Parts: sequence; structure tokens; C-alpha cells
Amino acid sequence: MSDNHIDQKVLGELQEVMEDDYLRLLETFLEDSELRLGELHKAKSADELGHAAHSFKGSCGNMGAVVLAELCRQLEDRVKQQPLYGIEDLINQIDREYDAVRQLYRDECRRVSVG
Amino acid sequence: MVDHQPLTVLIAEDGAADRLLLARIVRNQGHAVLTAENGEEAVALFAEKRPQLVLLDALMPVMDGFEAARRIKKLAGETMVPIIFLTSLTEEEGLVRCLEAGGDDFLAKPYSPVILSAKINAMDRLRRLHATMLQQRDEIARHHNHLLNEQRVAKAVFDQVAHAGCLSAPNIRYLQSPYALFNGDLLLAAFTPTGEMHVLLGDFTGHGLPAAVGAMPLAEVFYGMTAKGYGLAETLREMNAKLKRILPVDMFCCALLLNLNFERRMVEVWNGGMPDGYLLSASGGEPLPLVSRHLPLGVLDSAQFDEQTEVWPLAPDDRLFLLSDGVVDTCDEHEQLFGVERLKQALVANRQPERLFEDVLQALERFGGQSRDDVSLLEIRAVAPQVLAPPPVVYSDSGESSPLDWSLSFEFRAQTLKRFNPLPYLMQVLQEIHGLRIQSGALHSVLNELYSNALEHGVLGLDSSLKRDASGFAAYYQERSRRLQGLQEGFIRLHLHVEPQEGGGRLIIEVEDSGKGFDVGRVLARPLVEQRLCGRGLSLIRRLSRHAEWADEGRRARVEFAWEALA
Repeated sequence: MSDNHIDQKVLGELQEVMEDDYLRLLETFLEDSELRLGELHKAKSADELGHAAHSFKGSCGNMGAVVLAELCRQLEDRVKQQPLYGIEDLINQIDREYDAVRQLYRDECRRVSVG
Repeated sequence: MVDHQPLTVLIAEDGAADRLLLARIVRNQGHAVLTAENGEEAVALFAEKRPQLVLLDALMPVMDGFEAARRIKKLAGETMVPIIFLTSLTEEEGLVRCLEAGGDDFLAKPYSPVILSAKINAMDRLRRLHATMLQQRDEIARHHNHLLNEQRVAKAVFDQVAHAGCLSAPNIRYLQSPYALFNGDLLLAAFTPTGEMHVLLGDFTGHGLPAAVGAMPLAEVFYGMTAKGYGLAETLREMNAKLKRILPVDMFCCALLLNLNFERRMVEVWNGGMPDGYLLSASGGEPLPLVSRHLPLGVLDSAQFDEQTEVWPLAPDDRLFLLSDGVVDTCDEHEQLFGVERLKQALVANRQPERLFEDVLQALERFGGQSRDDVSLLEIRAVAPQVLAPPPVVYSDSGESSPLDWSLSFEFRAQTLKRFNPLPYLMQVLQEIHGLRIQSGALHSVLNELYSNALEHGVLGLDSSLKRDASGFAAYYQERSRRLQGLQEGFIRLHLHVEPQEGGGRLIIEVEDSGKGFDVGRVLARPLVEQRLCGRGLSLIRRLSRHAEWADEGRRARVEFAWEALA
């Protein structure tokens, strides 16, 4: 897995800002992301989908998950253009990217708790 | 950047990680943090804790940031609570909605601690500026109310003093703004004990309270001296001296004073710095201007002050029209003054005397001037003396200790005659006699006549036939003043003799002068009309006293007053 998924500079800054709470921030992000993904999958309208994508995009951006944030942005844009054919593709991409990113954040958690 | 004080900052953000991060950033900058997960929580928390600054996510469940912003601004009322929207919204429409909901700034995701700190500081400056402005506004309002209240009190006190006068007399009409006092405008009128009417229209320099402070002492001198029977000259001298003493150099009072003698049908005028007043003859013709010939009151030292008056005849229904500079100095939009000529035209064009004010005001309106709040108008009509009933003088003592058996003699010589008017002083002595008080008007008038006869015709040798027409009238009084100034010798002797008589008593007044005397028989034989204008007021003296006679070829007058036992 390449480091392109996460902006390491952002992670560095986050650790500096959060100090002792850095680990908690990482864990909170992962929990929150599960909720966001759940919302993406459960969305019953274009509006709900766009809203979930928007929120997820914001927190991914803050956490340095640049690829995931970009995918969310694309989804948010795509939702505004009916019809929604092929939108599942984009959601699947987000799922896959999240799987990758989750692993990286878990590694980071381990690194911090050991360190 | 360390000048900021710690604030309480409310953060409303539905993403748990974002909330955690933002709270940490803000805390690291030294502020206290409150967090909410949605708009509803944010509003409740705001109402409870009143944070000074709010960071609001635009899109939140339950209640979004727009609605929360509206409610928070409403709760905040006048206090400025800056709201910074947290948003990754990029379309214009979303940003506009943030501002419309009351947002003051934006913070884009991902959050930058540096930018957030700068924005919080900028918003805090704005907030404090706003608070200072509100505080100053309230302070100004407080001061303003305080000032208004002071003016109300000052006006109430002043009205008590000013209303001692006779502005409500049936022959006086006036128009003045209710707060004219604070424009420096002053209007006073009072009867002398002899039923003459003294009127003052004044205009102090300046505006507001400084313009009003001089009014009180001026009114007191005016009323005090008028009530005691002093003439315009003495009153003017005293007012000038008092104002000169108490006012700062750049403050003085323009004033026009009138002494209207309805019995002798004449008006005495002194104008120092006021716009021309006018004498409007009942028989029509050009209005006679009453021109300013003096500096205002309070400018000159007593030694330089000139109290010389002009005297004009006053026929029944003649009117005097006085005004403040607010009338002639009214400007139109081209900075042109209304001016004296337009005023004169309005006066001449006036057909119904009772509509004079309306005509003048209409002329002002047609002129299109910016209406000023310091316009004072005053009109006095000449009437028969009996139309006016001067209020009875109220005496504070019971009269039990009236002195009833005495006499006194005075001799007033040239240097005294020039400046001193002994009559108010003598009247005060005579007022001690309880039984004479109901006749005090007549007594005043008779004493006045006797004294002026002795002075003008006796000591000064003036010929009363000069007073036959208006110009002669003015010339007569100019000559009087000239001769009085140059007076080197001569005297007036005054004897008062009081004795008890069958329960009541009588007063004998003898006035003797150093003049040439006059042919008593010839003067008394003249028709009454002629006597009135130039007949030494002999008929008046005879009418008002119980007995009057002249001896020593008219050089000595002897007049008697008597009174019955008091109930």
C-alpha cells in the first residue's frame, strides 16, 4: 500500500495539535467513518446521499485522507446530476478506499500506543 | 496576537472527529469550549451559557446551522455574537445562505489552526468594538436624558420666576417656542405700581444652558425693580451692571425694553442690539422702527453704559411689534436672509391686526426659509388704562404697626437729580401706612407726576407745549436728557406729612422746585384734550387725589390723600 492514501504531513500536524488525544482522534475518526459509510449505503434519496457524502468529505479532509475525500467530493457532485446510473461504482470505490485507509489508521494507532 | 482575552466558544459540529479536533485547536488557543452535535443543542447551549463566539457547521442533523444561526442571533439581541460557519460548501449559493442566516465569516475544511486563530481574533476585535459602541451609545442616551431632565427642571424653575409678570394681560400677544429659554430668548412683562407696563424682549448669546443661566438674574432685576416703581433707566443700569458682573466676557444679552404709559399715552424705548421693533400706528402709515442705539446688556462698564431712552406718543390701538433675530435671519435654501424689507412688507400689508402674527409667519413660509426654533414674536396694543387691572400688591405684614404721625423732608440737588430716582424709596416708606395701600396706584401716579413736573418743567425749564406732535415728543425727551446731563444747580424739595384723623388719617405731599413756576390758572383753564398731552398732568393729579393746589406761582404743589378707619 502506498502512502498516497494519506497525507503524512497532515497526520504530523494533527499529532502535534492533539498531543495526548491523538490516539483518541484516530479512533473517533474510524468510528465516525463507519457511521458515515452506513449513511451512504442507507441513503434513500439523492439528497440524503449528497448530504452524507458532504459530511464524510469534510472529516476525511481534516484527517488527511486525501483520496477518500476526493472520491466523496466526486460523489457529492455526481448526486446533483440525475439520473444516478452507475453511482454504485463510485460508492464501491469509496468502500474499497476506506478499507485501505482504515488499515493505515489502525497501523498509526498501534504505532502511537506502542511509541 | 497575544492581546486577546480568553473567550467562551461554542462549537456545533455533527462529525465526532471534526468536533474533537476543532475543540482541541480552540482550547490550545486559550479559550474555553462548549460543544454541540446539532443545531438544536447549540441553540440550547447558547441560551444557557451565553458564549461570546460560535463556530457552526452548516449541515447538521435535527437542526441545521442556518436555522441555529438565526435563533442564536435573535437570542443575542443587541450584543454582537460573531458566528463563523464551518463549511466545505463551495457553491456560491451555500455561502450566501450562511451570510443571510447571520454568519459573519467562514472557515473551510480542512481546518487550519493558524487561520482559525486569526479569524477568532478578528471576530473578537469586531465584537469588542461593537460592545464599546453600544456602551457609548447608552452613555450618550443617558447623558441626553440627563440633560433633558435638567432642562425641564431649569425651565420649571424659570417659569416660576418669569410668570411673576403680566404676559397674560389682554393687550399682549406673543409667540415663543416652549424651550425658547434654551435658545437664549427671554420675554418679560410687568406692571409698575403706577400701572405702567414694562416689557423686555431679550436674546442671550449662545444656545443651551449657557444661554439660559443669565436669564434668571436678569428676570429678577427686571421684576424686582419694576415692582418697586423704578423707571427703565434705573432698571437698565442695574441689569447691565449685574450681567457685566456675572457673565463671562463673550456672553451678553441683546434686549429691547419698553415702558408703556397708557395714562400719559407714551412709550419709552431702549434697544440694545435687538432687531428693530415697530410702532404700528392705529391710523395707518409707515411702521415706525424702534432702532437699536446701544450695545447689548452686559458689555459695557457702568461708567460707559448709556441708559438713554427714546420716547414716542402712543395713541389708543397703536401697536408695538417686537421680534427676535430668528425672524429676520431665517435663511432660504440659497442662504438668503428673510430680511427687514420682507418683514416690513408683511407689516404694511397686514389688514387685520389680529392676524399680524399669522401674516408674518405666512410670509416666512412663502419665503421658503428653514424654520428656526428661536422665533419670538410679541405684540402689545395701547389700551385705556382701566382696561388693565394690575394685580393687587400682596403685603406680608398685618399693618398693626403702621407709623401714623410723622413728617419728613428731603432736598434733592442737581448731582442727585441727574441719576437718582427717589420715588421708589419714598413709596416704600409710604407703603408702611396700611390705610394708604388701597390707593397706592393713585399715590404712585400722583407722586410720579409731581416729581416729573418739578424736574422737567421746574428744574430743567422744559416747555410742555413741545409735546404737541410725535416729532416734538421725541425732541422733548431728547432735550430733557441733554439738560439733565448738563445740570449744575437747582433742587426739588419733598415734604411728606402724615397725621391720624378720626380713626383714619391723611397724607400731605408738598413738592417744591427751583424753577420759574407757571401760570396755574391758565393751564387749568385749557381744554382737557390739550391738557392730556402737554398739560403737566395736572388734571390727573386732581382726579386722583382728594385735594390738590398750587402755590408760589406754581413752584409749590400741595396734594392731600386721606383714608378711613380700617375695618
